[in-house]
Amino acid sequence: MLKYYLQLALLSLRQHRVLTALMVLTLAVGIGASMTTLTVMRVLSGDPVPSRQGQLFHPEVDPWPMDRYVAGQTQPPPNLSYADAMGLMHASRATQQVTLTTSRAKLLPHANGEHPFFADTVMTTHGFFGTFDTPFEYGGGWSQAQDDSRERVMVIADALNRKLFGGTNSVGKSLRVAGHDYRIVGVLAPWDPQPRFYDLTLRGRGYGAGDMLYMPLEAALDDGLHSSTMNCYDSGDFSKPRVAPCMWLTLWVRLTSSAQQRDYRAMLHSYVKQQIAMGRLHRPDARLMSMRQWLDDRQAVPDDVRVQTGMALGFLLICIVNTIGLLLAKCLRRSREIGTRRALGASRAAIFAQFMVESAIVGLSGGVLGLVLAEIGLWGVRHQPVSYASLAHLDPLMFAFTFVVAVSAALLAGLLPAWRACVVAPAPQLKAG
Amino acid sequence: MNIRPILASLRKHRLPVFLLVLEIALACAVLCNAVSMIATRWSDLGVNSGIEEPGLSLVTVNGNDGDRAAADIPRNLAALHGIGGVRSAGMITGVPLSNSMWVTATGTTPFDSTDMRQKASSTAVYIAGRGALDTLGVRLVAGRLFRDEDYIGAGIRSDYQSQASVVLISQSFAQTLWPGQSALGKTIYSLGHTHYTVVGVLADLAAPSLSGLGPNTRYHTIVFPGAPNSEFDTYLIRSRPNEQARVMREAMATLQRLQPQAVISAKTYAKVRAGYFDDARNMIAMLVLVAAIMLAVTAVGIIGLSSFWVSQRRRQIGVRRALGARAIDILRYFQTENLLLSCGGIVLGMAAAYGINLWLTMHYDVPRMPWFYLPVGAIALALLGQLAVLGPALRASRVPPVVATRSV
Repeated sequence: MLKYYLQLALLSLRQHRVLTALMVLTLAVGIGASMTTLTVMRVLSGDPVPSRQGQLFHPEVDPWPMDRYVAGQTQPPPNLSYADAMGLMHASRATQQVTLTTSRAKLLPHANGEHPFFADTVMTTHGFFGTFDTPFEYGGGWSQAQDDSRERVMVIADALNRKLFGGTNSVGKSLRVAGHDYRIVGVLAPWDPQPRFYDLTLRGRGYGAGDMLYMPLEAALDDGLHSSTMNCYDSGDFSKPRVAPCMWLTLWVRLTSSAQQRDYRAMLHSYVKQQIAMGRLHRPDARLMSMRQWLDDRQAVPDDVRVQTGMALGFLLICIVNTIGLLLAKCLRRSREIGTRRALGASRAAIFAQFMVESAIVGLSGGVLGLVLAEIGLWGVRHQPVSYASLAHLDPLMFAFTFVVAVSAALLAGLLPAWRACVVAPAPQLKAG
Repeated sequence: MNIRPILASLRKHRLPVFLLVLEIALACAVLCNAVSMIATRWSDLGVNSGIEEPGLSLVTVNGNDGDRAAADIPRNLAALHGIGGVRSAGMITGVPLSNSMWVTATGTTPFDSTDMRQKASSTAVYIAGRGALDTLGVRLVAGRLFRDEDYIGAGIRSDYQSQASVVLISQSFAQTLWPGQSALGKTIYSLGHTHYTVVGVLADLAAPSLSGLGPNTRYHTIVFPGAPNSEFDTYLIRSRPNEQARVMREAMATLQRLQPQAVISAKTYAKVRAGYFDDARNMIAMLVLVAAIMLAVTAVGIIGLSSFWVSQRRRQIGVRRALGARAIDILRYFQTENLLLSCGGIVLGMAAAYGINLWLTMHYDVPRMPWFYLPVGAIALALLGQLAVLGPALRASRVPPVVATRSV
């Protein structure tokens, strides 16, 4: 029976070539546009550290004075001063924790005739590598003891290792930064979380080229490296970052159970109370944000991308309505044919099935063509000068999803016309002839 | 034209009517918002930076020994002036539309950290060395630019406040601080009780980021004179536009020779500005594309359904023609029918457009849509409908009266 319906459908579609082409094209364009933007959305809103899903949290306290404070409305700023970052690190019972800021370090290539260049740098504590579960190609991170003794060690990214050492094991070699030799203790395997969650409030670059150097915070500060951001809440000497009344560090903690989260929250609030009692802080607010809340709060997915996605979905809706209209027109035109088939004994279900098969063919073709258009669209996104360009690829899951959406969109579009077709009363149609 | 028979006939085809109205409504809603978003971004693209852009090149020098700035910078500038085609050169801490911003808080009365948020507002700071303002090509509205003595001793303190005593201010910002008064000779306060005398008002000089300081603050900018210091990282060079490439190449070579340890890069200002608007241009292209395809799809839908209607009513048209209706009456009939459907869709669509815009303004950084976008969008869709229906309607008007006499 299905074979017969397929034959009928193909015959009917061939009879109205232009109309069929228009239906397939409309559906394909709608699917192509919405899948392109949905893929970009999905890529941009992924979990940057999947192996630590639900375990990474970002504590925030508010060092601003009480002026303009509105209880319940004023949100703490995202970054911490050195005093608060270190205070929380000491007070905390977190499983793993790390404080960090971004900077850039000038590197001198070994080869003669090459110009010095800047490497994007993370100044951090030993907990960085464990907390974020970074993969190592060679060697490993540094220790708490090395942090404390301000030893000049560093971890470099795979890309820098390839650039400077041709990808060989460079552990034990040194790089000269700010007039001092830093010994390489580890080389990361390619690792670049997207969005680069820890950078969103530092350099504000969530996508694009990643960091090259990871240096111990205290040693790097001693050697005069600066944070790339300094947001000051009071006047003072801004040239000494450890005592400046400025926010320039972010803190991340790994909390694996809800009990740990509860304890950390309690610790955070008691820390703030204690600091208010000492007169260092004034505002009582503090918050502990999960990774998801953090990404939403910092609008890691650009507004433009969200608006584009909404727009494309609206567009898909228009395309579906349009396809329904065209299918309906096409099927109502065939009332005579339906009447004849019904009079010859075809059941309503048979008519319904016949028209659904026809819609499904339109849907499948529209879906396949839509997929092609989505690939072209993503190719277009990859060639745009936006920071997330290189991420725009269709993964297998999205591919499957696209296909299911395409076919269901077409079946949905076919439902109404098929139903209208099967309720056609045979007698008037035959009489009309 | 009597619309009663048209309405009666539409009532008999509720489903196609509903679909067509829905499609036009959706298209109207999306179109109005897309055009509104395009317009906002388009107006940003043309923003006046307040400087003479053609012929301006930037050479950025980083990674120097900051302590030697006082000796290095005058020497480097002298070397740059020696390059053929360089008309002027100077150093500055940033340029408009470069996204890299130095911000301070300024007010018209003294303030400190406890009342800063009431008495002061965020302001973008430029610190300009000797020759920088001429090279930028800023335009003075009132007062004077810096004199040589203004630069002497104008360093930067450890709390990042300028040690200068005078300041230039953008016209719009001056109007915000002192509405209806001349800003000349007024005192402007910065954090830490430092204060400066306004000696000149500039035709609006844009901040490095148009939205970085908050809404309507793109011209909240002040300019301090600066003696050579370690915060200077950008050499401004003015030359004839067609010589920029060569001048930049020679400037980079000269600076690299003088400071082999520095990291040096160069760009034309045109490129800086274009880079700032990359995202906006992408968005415009995307919105235009979506709007255009959407209109095409809507037109296709209208053509498809009208053709169906026409072919379904061939006999009815033939009867009308046989009873004396002229071809033009048939044409008018289908045109009027389409207009009625369009009107229904447009009314729904305008309401939806307004609703969507309201939602967008609440959730995203999208400005309110000016009211006249609604009628303009409505007219555009009505015209689109008329254009789309023209073909099928003409075909209908050519149905010969003899059709009425045939049984099939």
